[in-house]
Parts: sequence; structure tokens; C-alpha cells
Amino acid sequence: MSSLYEEIKSAPASDIPVRQITVNVNGEPRTANVEPRLLLVHLLRQAFKLTGTHSGCDTTNCGACTVLFDGRPIKSCTMLAVQAEGHNVETVEGLASASELNPIQEGFKQEHALQCGFCTPGMMMAAKALLEENLNPTEDEIRWALSGNLCRCTGYQNIVKAVLWAAEKMRAELN
Amino acid sequence: MKLDEVKIGGMGASRRRVEDNRFIRGKGNYVDDIVLPGMLHMEILRSPLAHARIKSIDTSAAWDMPGVRLVLTGEMMAARNLAWMPTLSYDTAAVLATDKVRFQGQEVCAVIADDPYIAKDACGKIVVEYEVLPPIVNPVQAAAPDAVQIRDDKAGQVGNKVFDWEIGDKARTDKAFADADVVSKIELHYPRTHPSPMETCGSLADYDRATGKLTVYMTSQAPHIVRAAVAMVAELPEQNIRIVTPDIGGGFGNKVPIYPGYVIAILASILTEKPVKWIEDKTGNLTSTGFGRDVYLKGEMAMRKDGKILGVRMNTISDHGAFFADAQPSKFKIGLMHSAFAAYDIPTAHMFATGYYTNKAPGGVAYRCSFRVTEAMFFQERMVQAAADDLGMDQAEFRRINFVKDEQHPHRTAFGFLTDSGQYEKCLDIGLEAIGYKNFAAEKAEAAKRGRLLGIGISTMTEPLGAGNSREYDILGIKMFDSAELRIHMSGKALLRTGSRGQGTGHETTWAQIVAHELGIPADDILVEEGDTDTAPFGMGTYASRSTPVAGAAIAMVARKVRAKARKLAAHLLEVSEEDIEWELGRFYVRGNQERGVTIQECAMAAYSNMPDGMEPGLENVAYYDPPNLTWPFACYIAKVEIDPETGVWDVLQFVAVDDCGVRINPMIVEGQIMGGLTEAYAMANMQYQTYDEEGNIIGGNYMDFLLPTAWETPGFELYEVVTPCPHHPIGAKGVGECATVGGPAAFVNAVMDALKDKGVRNIDMPLMPNRVYEALTTGKDVYGMPPVRSGN
Repeated sequence: MSSLYEEIKSAPASDIPVRQITVNVNGEPRTANVEPRLLLVHLLRQAFKLTGTHSGCDTTNCGACTVLFDGRPIKSCTMLAVQAEGHNVETVEGLASASELNPIQEGFKQEHALQCGFCTPGMMMAAKALLEENLNPTEDEIRWALSGNLCRCTGYQNIVKAVLWAAEKMRAELN
Repeated sequence: MKLDEVKIGGMGASRRRVEDNRFIRGKGNYVDDIVLPGMLHMEILRSPLAHARIKSIDTSAAWDMPGVRLVLTGEMMAARNLAWMPTLSYDTAAVLATDKVRFQGQEVCAVIADDPYIAKDACGKIVVEYEVLPPIVNPVQAAAPDAVQIRDDKAGQVGNKVFDWEIGDKARTDKAFADADVVSKIELHYPRTHPSPMETCGSLADYDRATGKLTVYMTSQAPHIVRAAVAMVAELPEQNIRIVTPDIGGGFGNKVPIYPGYVIAILASILTEKPVKWIEDKTGNLTSTGFGRDVYLKGEMAMRKDGKILGVRMNTISDHGAFFADAQPSKFKIGLMHSAFAAYDIPTAHMFATGYYTNKAPGGVAYRCSFRVTEAMFFQERMVQAAADDLGMDQAEFRRINFVKDEQHPHRTAFGFLTDSGQYEKCLDIGLEAIGYKNFAAEKAEAAKRGRLLGIGISTMTEPLGAGNSREYDILGIKMFDSAELRIHMSGKALLRTGSRGQGTGHETTWAQIVAHELGIPADDILVEEGDTDTAPFGMGTYASRSTPVAGAAIAMVARKVRAKARKLAAHLLEVSEEDIEWELGRFYVRGNQERGVTIQECAMAAYSNMPDGMEPGLENVAYYDPPNLTWPFACYIAKVEIDPETGVWDVLQFVAVDDCGVRINPMIVEGQIMGGLTEAYAMANMQYQTYDEEGNIIGGNYMDFLLPTAWETPGFELYEVVTPCPHHPIGAKGVGECATVGGPAAFVNAVMDALKDKGVRNIDMPLMPNRVYEALTTGKDVYGMPPVRSGN
């Protein structure tokens, strides 16, 4: 259990309340003492060391911090950690099982859907939310579902292909 | 028997990327992911004003906050001779402001605290008293005789001019204009924009007093330059400085310069004896770090009636912000702007350039371009279209008759560059065919029946990529070569290190492919490492599409050096003389007896276990490569757009890209670079700009105002390929990373202008937002300058 950041430093100011919360992260209950103002993205990155979720723009525009909150994609840079208490949060680290990658991860590699990789975790989580609702999306449906996530490197074309690739594989696995 | 090069991941293989294995698992290692024991966090207090004198700074309330370890002011930096630092263009830039603030967002104080929340709170407790000075937000204001002087800190500085600079043959160009049948003119503004990688800048400085070692993890595209700069500025011994660039979340030129935050974090670590992390927020990145463009371009073209271009004049006025911090070869004040018209056979040209200081963010970086080449090519292609229209000639035909022909290479351009190779007409023909140019008139007429305006825009250009050669290209005197070091282990596996630094560009994948091509060692057996100055050989870093042209060449050369030694080992193992040894991919054999041979792996083992008497053991080498010339890729981009005249909204119906970047190492990665670059081109043409209001407030300082295209808006791109190997590059490759950003914008703008040709509109400056297109459509007048602040006219 950790307090605010990486290290427990000098005692925090007495006027800052600290609250203990438990969040179900990637299927595992995790507990931390947090200030009420701590952002969810920082809880994940600093307290839980899940640095795959990135903080990009601070204004809910870029989507690098996208995680699934009770299965729904949200931007963890504008949600407070305390709001996540008792909820399920899925991050990129929960995508693969011990032995195999999620088809979305495979699709991103196969179709060259990433370059610098900074947007990739958020992009894949948004894609996961889409495919959980719709396993047969059109290109337009994919573009719309990912329109809350910015990428500066790829031009999106290969990201769309990657999601189509993953959808096809997931459909095949169902049959 | 013979190795299949594609199977071993050599040249031409669309090898899936090695680096993806960590990125898709969320296991990338960006600077903000690094945690050191006892680490402190730094936050910067920035100026809310564009131009003001600092009357007082009171930091006492910040110091009093629990968890605050250090508060730094300009005065404290000055006491250590660190209040100012040199820029990459022989100017100085403030680290923390002492006398004045000169742009909104400038660094004023820094707080180092136990966590970033406390540091941010403490910034809010600092009281700075300012005396407001009149802000200057464009070159016209800067040049006014009564303008307040922005750089009153500089001895000998008069007014706000940074430089005057010219190149070309003025007398001969004047004569060409005197002899011309037709003279065509155009005037443009290339708006200020920002590279805006997804990851902001940041660093983690760790000074160890016991050993005297300073380790800095930072987002730098050029870690070795940083080491040299830190050694000079901070006067620390260079062997005790280690700069490590971990994974970079996009660079696009933004991460070339050295920013105040890096310097302050280093000092803070020295003072606190703790690691100090500084991670810039998005507004900090957008308002204070290297922007791109912001140039006013004016020019004219002299022509014969038959369409032959006789000469070109260019005039540029550039806005450099508060400090002249352009990251560019030192010899050229306005970068490689004079690469304009390199694809065209033009007898003479002249350019005059002037730069000004303004109260705007400094650091005109080459945003995904080789030092102002983007502005050069945009001007060129807008000028070419305007000239074709003035002549009443077909825009494709006008280009065709003025292109440098294939057999004219190497060709000396009017401004003095030497282009190396190309098949310009072939690229154009492929593009025209793909876009359906022949049928366009019918298509346009059909659309007109539906009330829609159709336009087709062409952009053809060759650009100089891969700075430099060392004769002409240096940054602050350091020559622009690059390097590679290759170590073959006894099992035949290898470790390759270079002086470049990938930033999503796939170096870990493609560099191994070059070695596989040269030595026949499977790419999967080669580990590529970059970005750690303690282990990598000295290099000038990655920007200006120089990795493949320079570092890539160094890799081929070092592999050849290794192969030369392996040949001696092979002769020893095969018991023949070296002259009787032949090479095929991955294997030496005895001439005349192909069956009798040894693999490169067997040679590697012999280098450690069975070398001939007198031979130095081991199989490794290093190569420093000084390119004889730049490389000259060519691109033809064609956009077809449809405008809704009711709204001014334009849609891209089709976009065709024909790229000739020489031999492609990894076609998949090359295509990824082109699509990404085209998207940035589309962004600049459409929405991605920064401007300032009259008070010097930045518009575009966060992602609410600074618009980037999403998957929804971004059009699809059709890619085509032509290969003209670079004659002087060891593997025939040319740069490619920037072609699309450089050549792309003019294709979109030319297409919109083509659609508006009959409306009396000659130019709308970027961004071509619907309201600007609508304004032009309804008034029949050009739209000039930048929204919302107009300058010039």
C-alpha cells in the first residue's frame, strides 16, 4: 500500500485528508491511501505502478490515459481516484493473459498500427470497448469509436486495419 | 543453400517491429515511467504575460509549504551563471527570467517538492509583480521604428531584427525578370504550428555527489548534443555526464532543442542531492517549446510565354519569438529555405530573408522537416500553381516542362544544391493516372450539377534530407556526421549501437535489417541499442530525416568493416588465401567451389576461439559516416477535394501519394511514415495552428484550442512507389520520414484553390477552416494572415 507517489515522503500536511480506497484493477482488488484530489491516472501509474496508461494532455482530449471503467472507456486524467472506489478498472496491462496476447494487441503489431507507442494503450482500450459491443464493425464505426483518441504518428489508417484484423480473429475464435 | 534475404529479415522485408512487443503490452519505458529512489518532482511557474518587466518575486509562501524542498528563481540561477543558456543558433535564451518576461508561458520560477501536486500548489503561492510592457506579436510590429526592444539584454542589438540573409544571384535574376514574357506573383503566410508529440518533454536528473556522476533521462532526439552542451554550460566533466533517452513518445523536431526545464532539473538535483523529475504538462509544451513555421513568404516567377521558367525571386520574413533558438545547421539563417525549386530546372534565383524577434514562444524547430524545407516546398508548389494559372496552362503540364529531367542528375539547383537522382515525370504520371486526371473535367462538371465545387491539387517536390555533409552542415561547430558500432558475439548474434535515436521510427527493427543485408545474420539475432551516451558512439541524433541517410549508412559501413575481418577469418578456416574467397549472403566460400565455405557465424566463433596467429581477437568495429551529399527523395502528392459552397467545408475525395525514397529497407515502416506525415500535412492545411491575440495571449496552448485530426476526420491515402536508388548512399536509401509533411500541405491547399479558381480567389492562407473558405467564396477575395490576428495587409 502506498500513499500519494512513488515514495512515502515526509508526512503530508495535516490539513490534507487521506482516504483509503479499494479499486478492482485488472481483476485484482488493490488498495491505496489517497488524497481526494488524486487523479485516477496517477493512482494507476504511481501507486499501482501500471505505467502503461499514459498521461497526455490533462484536458480529456488526447485519450492516452483511456482505461475501461466498468467496461466503458473513460479518460483517467479527468477522473478522481476516489471515484473509482469499488469499481472495475481495466488497463493495457490486463489485455494479455500470461500465455497469449489479446487479438487487439496482435492486430496492432501485424498491421503496424503504432509508431511511438504513446497513444497505443489508450487506443487499444478504446478498441476493446468497441469490439465488446460490436464484433463486426465497419470502418466508419471504428473511426467513430476511436475518435476520442489522438495519434500523431500513424494517420489512423493502420489502426483501423488493426481493429478489423482483431475483430476477424475474435469472430473466428467464437466459431 | 542460398539465404533468402527477406526470410532473414533483410532489406525489403516488411518485418514486424521489434519495439512493438513492449509497446502493445504497456511496457514501453518513457521518461515519466522511470522512478528513482527518493525522487523529487519539479513544476515550473510560467509567465501569464507576453512582455513585462519583473519588479519583484516573493517565494516565501511557497518555501513554507510542507513537502517543498527547493524554490528556484532567475536570480538564484544567475548566481550560478545559469540564468541564460546558449541556443542552437548562436543566440541566448533565458532559463529562468531575471529582468523581463518575453513571451506568455516563459519560465519564471521552479518548485521542487515531494510530489507534483505539492509542487503545483506551491507555484500558486509565488507572488510575481510585473510591469506590463507593450507586446509585439508579429514581424510588422517588430519592425516598426518606435517598437519597444524585446532583447534589451543583448549588447549591440538594435531594434528587433534577428538577421538579414540572402542567397542566389541577384543581378542574373533581375535580368531574367527583365527578359520575361510573364511574371507571376504570390504572397503567403505559413502559420505558426506546433509539432505537439503525444508525450510532452521531460527529464529526470540524478546527480550523485559521491561519484560526481550526472545521469539525465530525457526526451531528447539528440542525446549526444545534450551531453556536449551540458559539459560546456554546466562545466561538468564530459565523462561524468550520461544522457539517456528512453522511449520517446513522438518527437517531430520538438525534442531536439535543450529546454530550460532540463537545465533547472539538473541544477535542482545537484542542489538537493536527490533525483529530480520534471514532466511538462501539455500547455507547457505547446506554449514554450519549439514551434514550427510562422513565415511570411512573398515571391515571383519569371516565365516565357511557352511556360519555361526563367527565374525566381523569394522574400521571407520569419517570426522567431523571443529568442533565436532555431535548431538548424548554423551556416544557414533561415534553414534550407533555399532548397525551394530544386525539382525544377530554373536558371537563376535569388532569396532575401529577414528574421524578427517577437513576444512569442521561441525555438523555431524544423517540425518534421529538414530546416524550413516545409515552408520552401509549400511556397514552391503554391507559386507553381499560381504561375500555371496565370499562364493558362495545365498545372501538370507546367510542372512537366520545367522538371529537372532524369538524365540531368546530378543537377545543380539555382540556389546551389546538388540533387542526386530522380524520376520526376514517372512519379507524376503514376499520380495523375491514379487520381483519374484525364476524367477530372467531366467529374468536376458532374459535381457542379449537384452544387459542389471540385478541385484537384498537385504537389511535386524533391527535398534535401539527411543533414549533412560536414563541409557545409554543423550545429555550433559540431559536424553533422553519424555513427554505428557493431559487435558480433561468438555465437554469431550481434549488438548494434548507433548515434541516432528513434522516436517511434522503428530503428530497432530496420537497423537490424541493414546488418542482415550486409552480413546475412538474421535480423532477429541482432539487438539494436540507442540513446545512452555512455554506450552509444557519438552521433548527432535523429531529425531532418537523417537517420537512414547518415546513421543507416554508418551501419552498412560498419557491417562491411566487420565483413572484411570475417573474410580473413574465413580464409584461415578454409585454408586458402583471402584473394580466393568469395562472399554470398551470410557465407564465404572458395572461388570455384561453392560447396566449400563457412558461414558468418562460424567466422564469429573463430574470432574468439580459432583466430590465425597475429590476428587481434574479437569481431567488432565502429564506423563514423560523413555523407558526401544530402539525399534527394521525390514525392508527388495529389488531392481531389469537394467543397460545399453553402458551408465552406471541404472533404478529401481521394489522395494519391507517389514516393520515391530510393531503396526501401522496410516497406511497411516507410508506408507508415508516409501516412503519418500526410496526416500532419492534412492537419496543418485544415486546423492545426497557433496564433496570438493583440496582448500576446496564445491561442492554441492546449488541446481544446489546438486542433489535431482524429480518426474520424483523417482521410484515407493511396500510396504508390517508385525506386531511384541514391547513387551515393551505401544501400541506395534516401530519407523519407518528412516527405509527406513537407510536400503534403500544398496538395490540399492547391486542390481547394483549384476548386475556387473561377471565383476570383487566388489564395487562402492555412488553416483552410470552413469559415475562411466560405469568406473567400462569398467575397471573391483572398484570405490572408492568421486568424484571429491579421498582420501585414
